[in-house]
Formats: sequence, structure tokens, C-alpha cells
Amino acid sequence: MLGVTLLTFSLTKALPGDPVQSLVGERAQPEVIEKIRKELGADKDVLSQYAGYVKLLLKGELGRSYYTNRKVFDDILVKFPNTMKLAFAAMIIAVPIGILLGFIAAYKKNTPVDRIISALSITGLSLPVFWSGLLIMLLLSLKLRFFPPSGTGDIRFLVMPAITLSLPAIASLARITRTSVIEVADMPFINTARAKGLSIFKINATHIFRNVLIPLVTVIGLDIASYLNGAVLTETIFGWDGIGRFTMDGIIKRDYPVIMGCIIVGTVVFVLINLLVDILYHYLDPRVRLYASDR
Amino acid sequence: MPLTGKIAGLILIIISVLAVFSSVLSPYDPERIDLDSIKEPPGIKHPFGTDNKGRDIFSRVLYGGKISVSIAVIAAFISMSLGLLIGLCSGYFGGKIDTAIMAVVDLILAFPSLLLAIGVSIIFPPGIYTVMIAIAFVGWASFARLIRGYVLTLKEASYIEAAKAIGCSKLRILFVHLMPQCLPIGLVMAGIKLGGYVLTEASLSFLGLGAQPPTATWGSMVSLNRAYIASEPWMVLFPGIAIAVASLCFNVLGDALRDKYGLKI
Repeated sequence: MLGVTLLTFSLTKALPGDPVQSLVGERAQPEVIEKIRKELGADKDVLSQYAGYVKLLLKGELGRSYYTNRKVFDDILVKFPNTMKLAFAAMIIAVPIGILLGFIAAYKKNTPVDRIISALSITGLSLPVFWSGLLIMLLLSLKLRFFPPSGTGDIRFLVMPAITLSLPAIASLARITRTSVIEVADMPFINTARAKGLSIFKINATHIFRNVLIPLVTVIGLDIASYLNGAVLTETIFGWDGIGRFTMDGIIKRDYPVIMGCIIVGTVVFVLINLLVDILYHYLDPRVRLYASDR
Repeated sequence: MPLTGKIAGLILIIISVLAVFSSVLSPYDPERIDLDSIKEPPGIKHPFGTDNKGRDIFSRVLYGGKISVSIAVIAAFISMSLGLLIGLCSGYFGGKIDTAIMAVVDLILAFPSLLLAIGVSIIFPPGIYTVMIAIAFVGWASFARLIRGYVLTLKEASYIEAAKAIGCSKLRILFVHLMPQCLPIGLVMAGIKLGGYVLTEASLSFLGLGAQPPTATWGSMVSLNRAYIASEPWMVLFPGIAIAVASLCFNVLGDALRDKYGLKI
């Protein structure tokens, strides 16, 4: 965690251009510049700036935006639920479809059905989300007029960005499900289950599914990164007011605290969710121990 | 190699040839503004149509391909070389060096990749080198981790022991005995990663962090023309198809390579 803040801090320190200069404009008085510099703490040396930054972080603050002078953290608090809503909606679409496609592909292994699903999933991984998003917008909104093209609001605004974000996730889930199911289905205990006369459904639902869950949960956790990555692009396209678009606005205005804050919050959330996934393993698979000493 | 892998390789060769000879093959100057033929739909004169400034989209896609694909390939090469070098050192020397390097690797992999790439690329003025640096900065970590793991298994091999016994220096063992073993894995990994790098390059260009107008890249063409998606969809359609096809071919080829060498990544 400290590493994350250190890296983002050094990134922003390496940024070119003087934010104070761009804040006050070309013709500001030197005294004014000096005053603002003091307010922002830009006159101190780098180390104490970093110390001050970490202190702020510990207090749950991410500094103030150079433009609006609002606390970045407060803005992120307002916008983050929107991004979470979007990521959650994408997950609701992606998880069942991805798993289902993966199971189908595994059971129809090496048939045309499998090949079609595999081809679709590798295509899904190769489509740029900002482009597939535009196509979805063109089709569903501008041609068919099902949904409003952009904006933030109720579920009608949510559908298209969520579909866009879910495409790569569906693809990666389908792929990983297929490989895991094929792997597990070859194991001796599945043969035993079959020999005992269990129904195919029961074998799938209890024996295979439980064993496939672990790689799946990993992928679902890692997909959070792809939602956060994709959020920058999809939120920009669909005008969804989350931290992705906030980041983009920050990039355009060179508003460093905003960019830095969004990257930190995004990364921290990603790290926390993967920590949660690790803890979840323990419950899904008793063979996995949380502490190394248990082994 | 399966048929799909071969086809993907063939398409990639075609794309590279088109990109290399873009100046000969493209019917128009990609940056020439022609106000007499604004927003023309695809036809005989302009196979992919023209954009809002009358520039030929086919020519722009060809020129953009040159930039986009070469950025991805060069970034993959840099990532691989860095990752190979760092992974070798980390795995071979072990101890504190290994711990320190792996901490950095874990740190980089803890970030959602595009967010970190954005963070890196805003340091430099936007341009093609910035995109390369950003992709490589994020990319080397996964190479280093893979190579390190492989070196750890190789280190115990008897031929390394033999090399040590006849008095090879550490450097010689590293670069003469270990590196050639790791290179193929690095190359396969690069093949797997290339599809993603094409997408990252396109995304950064889309966000305005890549090559600046009037230079065309696939990502920036989608970004600049997206306002016309409703009325002149071809402006966005063709550059996007180019990104998707290039990325798809790299991914298919990468998969084929992985299956051939039995790598689990």
C-alpha cells in the first residue's frame, strides 16, 4: 500500500509543467504565485512533501483539485459508487454468461460449438472497449433507440456501458471455465462419481462446479482490474459520471491530484478485492490455508 | 501449429507488409486536407470513405497501422529484454536482490495496468515514445516474474553445476548458459502479450496520450471521429476493425505458440 502511494507520488513529481503556473495563468503577479505555492506546499522539499502527502492519505484525504479547489477525496466519494454500480452491473452480466459458455464449450469439446465459443471469446478479448462501446451505442441507442446514448442516471443509462465492460470479462471467464472444466472432468474422482451412478447434472453441480470455482473466483477478482481499466474508456464514451471519466477530465486538465487520487483509489480497491478473494479461497477450498505456518 | 495460428500469422505478415509499404500503397496523402470530398461514404474513389476534413480513411488506416503495430512490437521487445535481464538476475542471485526486485514486480502488478500506463504517460509530452515507455514500464514485470520462476528451476540443473565446477564466472553462467534457455519463453510470452499491447496502445491514443494530430493512429482516429458515429459511421468503423483484427491475430498466434510450447501463463 505504501509502495502504491510512493510510486504514484513519484510519478506526479516527475510531471512536467508547473501546476501553479497553469492554475493562475500567464499574467499573474509573482507574489500571487508565491502565495499559492505556499498554500499548496509546493515550496517545501520533495521528502517533506511526500510525508505531508502520506499524512493526508492517512487522514483519508487526497489533496485538493487544482481547478475546483474541492477535496479530491470528496469528489471520488461521490463518483466512486457510480463506477462500482457500473462494475457490478457488468459483473452480473459477465459471470453467468461467461461460466455458462465455458461449460458448454467444455462439454462440446472439439465440436463446432466449442470452436465457435472459443472464437467468440478470443474475439471478445481482442475488441477495444472504446470501439465496441461506440458500436453498441450506434446500434442500441442511435438506430434502435432503446436507450439514451449517454449520461448518468437510472438503469436505462447503465445498460450499454455495462454490456460494453462485460464483453472482455465474458471472454476471459468462458476461456478459464472451459480449461478448468476439462481439467477437472478428467480427474479420477469424477469417474468414481459416474461409476456410482450419479446423474450428469449432479456431477456437474456438485463435483465439477466446486472445483472449478477456485480459478473462477481468481479470474473474477482479477477482472476488477479490467473493469477499472475499461471504466476510464467506457465512462468517457457514455458520459457516465464515475471515477473513470473523472480520471479522463484530470488528464485533459493536467489536474494532478485528481489523476493521482483516482489511480490510488482504483488500485487500493483492486488490491483489497484481491485480498478478499484470497480469504474467500479458504472457505471454498479447505486445502488452502491462510497462513504459511499451517502448511 | 493449428491452422488458425497459421492464418493469423499470415494476416499479420500481410498487415506488416501493408504497414511497411504504406507510403507506396496508400492512394492519398493521409494528412492532406481535401475540402471538396468531405465525409464521403466508402466507394471506388475512397475504399473506406473520407473523414470530416476530406482525408482518405484507407490511407490513414495504413499509416496508422505502421505506427500502432510498430509501437506494440517495440514495446513488447523492450518489455521482454528488460524482463529477461531483471528476471535472470532476480532468479540467479536470489537473496536480497531477489526480494527487492520481486517487491517492485508485485507493486507494478498490483496496479490496474491501464491506470498505471496513464500515470506514466502523463509525465512525458504525448507522443509515440511516451506510449512505448508507458507500455514497457508496465509490461516488463510479468516477463520478469515468468523468467525468474524458470531460472529458479534451471539453477539446479546439472549442466549449471558443471559450468560452475569448471570455473565459469557468474556473468558467463547468466548470459551464456541461462539466457539462451530463457529466450524462447520470453519470445512466446511476447507473442501472447502483443495482442494486449495493441489494445493498450489504441487505448492510450484514444485518451489523447499517444501520437498527436494530424498524425493518424488507429486509436486516435476512433477518438477524433466518434462525434460522427451516428451520421458517418465508417469514420469510426474501419480504424476499429483494424485494431480488432491486429489484436485478434496476435492473440490467436500467441495462443498457438503457447499451446505448442506447453506454457502455462
